This record gives sequence, C-alpha cells and structure tokens, in this order.
Amino acid sequence: MGSVVSFTILGLFTGAAYAIAASGLVLTYTTTRVFNIAHGALGMVMSFVFWDFSQRQGMPVWLALVLVLGVVAPATGWAIQRFVTRGLGDGPVSVALVVTVGLLVGCIGLATQVWPPATRVLPPFFNGSGFQVASTYVTAHQLITVLLAGVVALLLYLLLTKTQIGTAMRASVDNPELLRLFGGKPDRVAGMAWAIGTSLAALGGILLTPVIGLSYYDLTLLVINAYAAAMLGRLRSLPLTLAGAMGLGILQSFAVAYLPSDGLLSGIRSAMPALFLFAVIVLTPQAQLRIGQVKGVVSAPLPSRAKQLGAGAGLLTLVALLATSLPDDALLLVGTAATYAMVMLSLVLLTGYGGHVSLAQFTFAGVGALVYAKLGEPTLSGLVVAALVAAAVGAIVAVPVLRLTGLYLALSTLAFGLLMDKMIFQAEFAFGTNNSLQAERLSILGTSFSSLGGYVLIMTVFLVLMALVLLALRRGALGRLLIAMRDSPAACGTLGLDTRWFRVGLFALSAGMAGFAGGLFAGMRGTIGASDFQVLSSLPLLLLAVVFGVTSVTGAVLGGVGLTLLPVLQSSNPAFAGLIFAVVGFGAVALGRDPNGLANRLFTLGRTLRPRLPAARRTADVPEPDEVTEEVPAHVAS
Amino acid sequence: MSLLEVDDVVVRFGGVTAVDHASFAAEQGRVTGLIGPNGAGKTTCFDVISGLRRPTTGRVGFDGRDVTAISVHRRARRGMGRTFQRLEAFGSLSVADNVRAAVDIHRGLTGIAVPWRRSRTAQVGALLDRVGLSAYAADRADAIPTGIARLLELARCLAADPALLLLDEPSSGLNESETEAFGRLLRDLAAEGKGILMVEHDMDLVMSVCDEIHVLDFGSVIASGTPSHIRDNPAVQRAYLGQADTGQVA
Ligand SMILES: Nc1ncnc2c1ncn2[C@@H]1O[C@H](COP(=O)(O)OP(=O)(O)OP(=O)(O)O)[C@@H](O)[C@H]1O
Ligand SMILES: [Mg+2]
Repeated sequence: MGSVVSFTILGLFTGAAYAIAASGLVLTYTTTRVFNIAHGALGMVMSFVFWDFSQRQGMPVWLALVLVLGVVAPATGWAIQRFVTRGLGDGPVSVALVVTVGLLVGCIGLATQVWPPATRVLPPFFNGSGFQVASTYVTAHQLITVLLAGVVALLLYLLLTKTQIGTAMRASVDNPELLRLFGGKPDRVAGMAWAIGTSLAALGGILLTPVIGLSYYDLTLLVINAYAAAMLGRLRSLPLTLAGAMGLGILQSFAVAYLPSDGLLSGIRSAMPALFLFAVIVLTPQAQLRIGQVKGVVSAPLPSRAKQLGAGAGLLTLVALLATSLPDDALLLVGTAATYAMVMLSLVLLTGYGGHVSLAQFTFAGVGALVYAKLGEPTLSGLVVAALVAAAVGAIVAVPVLRLTGLYLALSTLAFGLLMDKMIFQAEFAFGTNNSLQAERLSILGTSFSSLGGYVLIMTVFLVLMALVLLALRRGALGRLLIAMRDSPAACGTLGLDTRWFRVGLFALSAGMAGFAGGLFAGMRGTIGASDFQVLSSLPLLLLAVVFGVTSVTGAVLGGVGLTLLPVLQSSNPAFAGLIFAVVGFGAVALGRDPNGLANRLFTLGRTLRPRLPAARRTADVPEPDEVTEEVPAHVAS
Repeated sequence: MSLLEVDDVVVRFGGVTAVDHASFAAEQGRVTGLIGPNGAGKTTCFDVISGLRRPTTGRVGFDGRDVTAISVHRRARRGMGRTFQRLEAFGSLSVADNVRAAVDIHRGLTGIAVPWRRSRTAQVGALLDRVGLSAYAADRADAIPTGIARLLELARCLAADPALLLLDEPSSGLNESETEAFGRLLRDLAAEGKGILMVEHDMDLVMSVCDEIHVLDFGSVIASGTPSHIRDNPAVQRAYLGQADTGQVA
C-alpha cells in the first residue's frame, strides 16, 4: 500500500512541474498564437544557467533562483518575442513552426557550446532532505514543487482576471485588432506573456533537473509533456492544462511502478507523454476549417523540362566522376547526401508544396530502412514494399489528427517520432540495441550493385527520378490542388474536396518517399541502427531544408549536401561543435520566414545576372513555353 | 419541399447570439435574397448552411434531406456551392488554374497524380467566358481587383454545376455595367433551374433580380416576401434606419 502512496506523490511532483512548464506554454500560445516548440529547450538552457550560478559559481540557491527566474529568463523571453517571433502568429503555421524549431536547435547548440558534455549534478532543494509521512518519505523538493504549482496557478489566475494587463492578454487571445482599437498595446502584452512564459519554462526545468538529470535532450523534450498536458485544454484553458499535467505525471509514475521493465512495455514510461497526447487528440472534437486565407505565399519558379533533364544529367555525371575517383569513406558521404536529399524532397512535397510540417521525417526513413533490412529482399520490390510500409505508417500518424489543423499535426509527428524512438526502433525485434542490423545491397533485374561506387550512382539515379516525378506532379493536377489547399482549405472544402483525407494522402506519399530513401540508405551502409534515425535529427533536417529552400528540388539537393557536411564539420572542429549546431538553428530563425530559401536567391541572382536583353525581347517578355513563374514578393508576415 | 430549408437555426459565439432562431427557405429556379444590416448574421447563416460551422441548435435541409450533421465536402458533392465575403480565391494560382482546380476536385481525386491527365482547357475557358473573366485568365488570383475575384469564385463554383449557389455579397467591387451583366447572369442561372441564395447590400440589384427576399436583423428573420412587399415593410425600414451607413431600402 505504501508504494501506491509514494508513487502517487512522485506522480504529483512530476505533474506539478509539468503543470508549471505547461502553463507557460499556454500563456505564450494564447497571447501570440505562436506555439513555442523551443519552450522545453529554453527551460533546458535556463536550468544550465541555474546550475552555472548555483554550482559552478557557488551563489546561494535563492539568489541563483531569483536571478534566473526574475532576470535572465524573462529578459530572454521578452527578447525572443521582440526580435524573433513577433508577427509570426499571423502568418502560416509552418513558418512559425520552423522558426521555433530553429530556436530549439539553436538552444541545444548554444548549451553544448557553453557547457560541453560533462557530468553535472544539480542537487534537489535542501539537498533532498524531507520528512516521513506514515510509511512514505516526502522530500522538501517535492513538497516545494507541488506548492509552487499551486502558487503559479493562483498568480496566473490573479494576473489574468484582476489586472489590466491580464485582461489585455485575454483580449488579445480573441482579437488583437480589437485590443489595439481600445488602446491596448499588443506588443507589450505579448512581450510580457513571453517573459512570464519563459520564466515558467525555466522553473519547470529547474524543478525537474534533479530527477531527470541536466540533459540537453531530455529537458528539451519536456515540451512534449507540456504540450500533451496543454492539449487537454486545447492549448487555451489553464485549469484543464493543470489537470492534464497532474494526470500525466501520475500516469507516468504508475507506469514506472506497475509495468514490466522489459519487453515492449518497457518503453512505455518514456513514451507516456506521447501516448497520453494521442489519447487526448483522439478525443478532441472536430476543428473547423479555417476561413481567411493565408496571404503572401510564394513558390519558387518551376524549371522547364529541358532544364530539369539537364540538371539531372549534370548531377549524374558529377556523381559518376566522383564514384570512380573518391575513396570509400568519401563515397559514403556522397551516398548519405543523396539519401538526405531524397528525404528533403519528401519535405518539398509536404512542406514546400503542401504547407504542412513534419518533425519526424527521419523516423519514416527509419521505418523504410527497418522494413528493407528485415525483409531480406534486396530488390526493387523489397524497396517498394519498404516505401509502402512507411507510407502506411505515415497515414496512421495522420489519421488520428484528421480532425485537427496544421499545428497539431506537426506536433503529433514529433510525439510519434519519440514514440517510435523509444518503443520500436530500440527494441530487440527492430534495430536492436547495438546498432548492428544487417542490410544487403540492392540488385535490380539480377544486376547487383555491390561496389559502393555503383551503388552510390544508382542512388543518385533514384534521386534524379524522384525529383523528376515530383516536378511532374507539381506541374499537374496534384500540384494545383496542393497549392489550392494551402491557399484556402475552406474553398477546397466547399468545392467538394475531402480536405482531411487529402491531407492523409499527402502525408502518406511524403512518408513513403522518406521510407524509400531509408531503404536505399540501409543497403548502402550494410549495418544500420536506431541511432541513424533519431527523431531529433529530423529537426536539423527540416531546418536545413528550409534554409536552402524547401520549395524547390535545388534546395533539397543543396540541403542534403549541407546536412551531410554538418557532422563532418563538427568532428573536424570539435571545439566548436555546439556553435556550428547553434549557427544552423539561429540561421533558420533568421531565414525561416522565407521558405524558398537560399535556392531561390540563387535563381533570382541568376536572372539578374543574365545579360540585359535587347529591348524588343524584353517588351515581348514571354516566359519560355512551359516555364511557370509564380513569384511575387515574399511577405511572409514580418 | 424547398431546395434549401433553414429551420430554427441558432448560433452563439460565447455570449453573442449571431443567429437567433432563424428559419427561411430557398427554391429551385429562383433567386432568393438574404439581406439585413451589418452584423445581422448573414454570413454566419451561410457558414451553417455550407457546413463550415455547426449550429448551436437547429437544422438545415437540402434537397429533401437533413444535412445538419454532414461535412462540408459532402454537402458540396450534393450540389451546394458558395462564395465568400472575405475572398477565398487560391491567391497563388492563376485565374484559369483556380477554375481548373475546381474542375479537378469536381471530377474526383482518382488520377490526380497522373501528370498526363487531360486538363480540360475548353471547359475552363467556357466557365471563365460565362462570368466574363476571359481577359484575366492568365493573371494571378491575388493580383486581380476584388470584384473580379468574386466573379472568379462564382466561376469556380459553377465548375461543379451546383443545384444551389450561396453568394455572399457577390457584387461588391463591381462597377455599374459589371453589376448589370452580373444581374443578367443570375437570372440566366435561375432560368436554368439553379437555386440562388444571395446576401447583398446593393439594394437596386436585390430588388431587380430577386424573386423573394428574407430580411435578417439581430439574427432573426423579421420579414419575408417579394421585393415590393419588402420595400414597403415598416419593420425592414426601421432595421435599416437604425444603421448609420448601410444604404437605404430603395
Ligand atoms: N467567429 C466569430 N466569433 C465571435 N463572433 C462572431 C464570429 N463571427 C461572427 N461573429 C459575430 O456574429 C454577428 C454576425 O456576424 P455575421 O458576419 O454573420 O454578420 P453579417 O450579417 O454577415 O454582416 P456583414 O453585413 O457585415 O457581412 C456579428 O455580431 C459578429 O460580430
Ligand atoms: Mg457577412
């Protein structure tokens, strides 16, 4: 009996910490409509700062706490709102997601740079001392946490209902225009919300650190727990969020206590937030189609067919030359770049054309790789089966969120990736624990591509084919509908399109492309493991795709090369590994507002550098017959 | 049995009752006007009819069936088409491609991934011609004037050959001669047997093309009848007089 009580207390404690973090998330989301994926990452950085103040510099705990919660965190939150996320709430959801993912990656990079990996201990408050209640030992730290959650809830309630700025915060949820009309200052309100929100993220992180450790990733992923809790109140209601957090904490604690510690169920503990989230989402009522179109969406120009074929042939020639001249370790990099480029092409379809964001594209690649390796059928049909299974998994992820809109879909992919990571990929029946699942090289029509050079070349052939098919789709009816859906889902619905199943289909197709790439990758590497497809590596993937241009094939290929070179760059400059990561993150923060990315700048550069045409031709100015230009100035909400 | 029956519909937004026990109907082959001052709840009614918003209570019947619980796209497939007061054109597509997308949706999704599927240029051309948009075919839909974009939304609807057209302020942004042509188009469509329900502030247009008019005020239907009947109705005049800036009943 005693154990039930002690696990309940443990659950209440974690639940209380989640509640604190989650209420910060709700506060920032409702006032600015920007979902801060970096909420956990900010809490992580602040926990490190707190460790730095209290342990490394030896400040008294209370002083460190006051400095972090009262100065550093609010200032950071305010600055982020002011300089990074301002105005994002009015633009497409995908842009806000990319920018905050950039922030997340930037935070991790920054933390690893400033506080390189080492063993760090953050003792609980009062060094873990506590008192005996009947047969259970309650630490002071736990008690303080639960009390703090109550205090935070009370203060937020008072702030929102009894103060002028709180009323303004609630008003700006419903209508920022209205707020401005009545003389409110939306910017000040938003800045205040982010300052408080970041402080709450910090407090949540600091309270949990003694339990889960001072880890870059675990603390960052707290955003999933906070999100799961907040979803119970549809990211709006604070009381429901508190209830969700407490429920989640207790469930998780009981999972530790009563579920077997081996086999499939062993992963449940760490996957609990994701499972909880799926349960909440399935129970969430239907969202209405958004009326009021997203303005200012721009697409990169589609190259003419001649250009497509020319570029494809050029790429193949280049890789053929490399295949005969490069040593194997460099060739592996070329093959990896081709894989990444294919996965990025799947993002071009989903994000660039379709406007949806996936935060787990590597997980789908992992599914493809897993199926390809397990199938032991290294032929084209084996590869196709791998892609189909990945597509089916993609559909399964999208179906529960059928009824919800973009943001929820994206966040659910993150939860799904986490779930796969913890429960499936690392399991014995999947990749196994020591990264050593065997996969054979592909053979097509009896021809085996057993040499690495030949294999990399055939991968490039697939990359080029995939790109050509994608461009053909974009040019045809599907491409038109993708854009139509992005511009106005409501109009598509009233014209008779089942927007929900269309989205599921899109998601499945994109996941299938990633799975195809994963299968090819498994064949190239020969041995693969769960660590090749970690969910968090999907984030830099998305960022580099956007930075290089997620609306064009060129961007995907450049992004693939960039993502391959990233770890190379890091391992050759170990002292700056974190900084390099941070540059990617903050680079995406800076460039994320323009999804056409660097690739499009290359195109426009090419066009301006083209010799000034004679006046006659310019007045005629007929675009090449099938060169579709679709550019207008990019004004993605600034 | 009317083509469209709105039956005792209530819509509440928090404390605001936007539609308050409204009941009205629209017939096949006739142009029905839905008028009322700003904020009367006209657009909200359209959202309920087309399925974009669930009514708090009440029911919507279409073509002899209760469609209250049916999704947006199913209603469209059964023959409802609508345009939007706040434009919902596919801004980054050309005008012709807007219509082409509507044709594609109407023909169903099987085969949309087939790049060589015929694009039905003739059908698109005919639709653009019908609403008088041929000159704009190649323009981007977010670069054309508002009035033209409304006609584009109409052309898009017509691609699905709907039995009922819901038009939300279709003539705002059109000049006088364009409005006249638009009125003739509406009469033609009604003559073909389509039912048209139109929200409109241009009273001259409403009075000249509508067969029947329903007047909404504070979410309730305060009058229904022929144009001349509505023109002389004191309750309608009062509702409009309470409004500072929205035209007068002609
Ligand atoms: N999403 C919403 N949330 C809250 N209130 C709303 C919402 N949509 C409409 N309303 C309110 O409902 C009422 C009816 O609005 P509606 O747009 O239906 O009026 P309308 O008759 O179309 O007006 P107009 O002639 O200006 O287009 C208004 O008071 C409006 O403020
Ligand atoms: Mg209206």
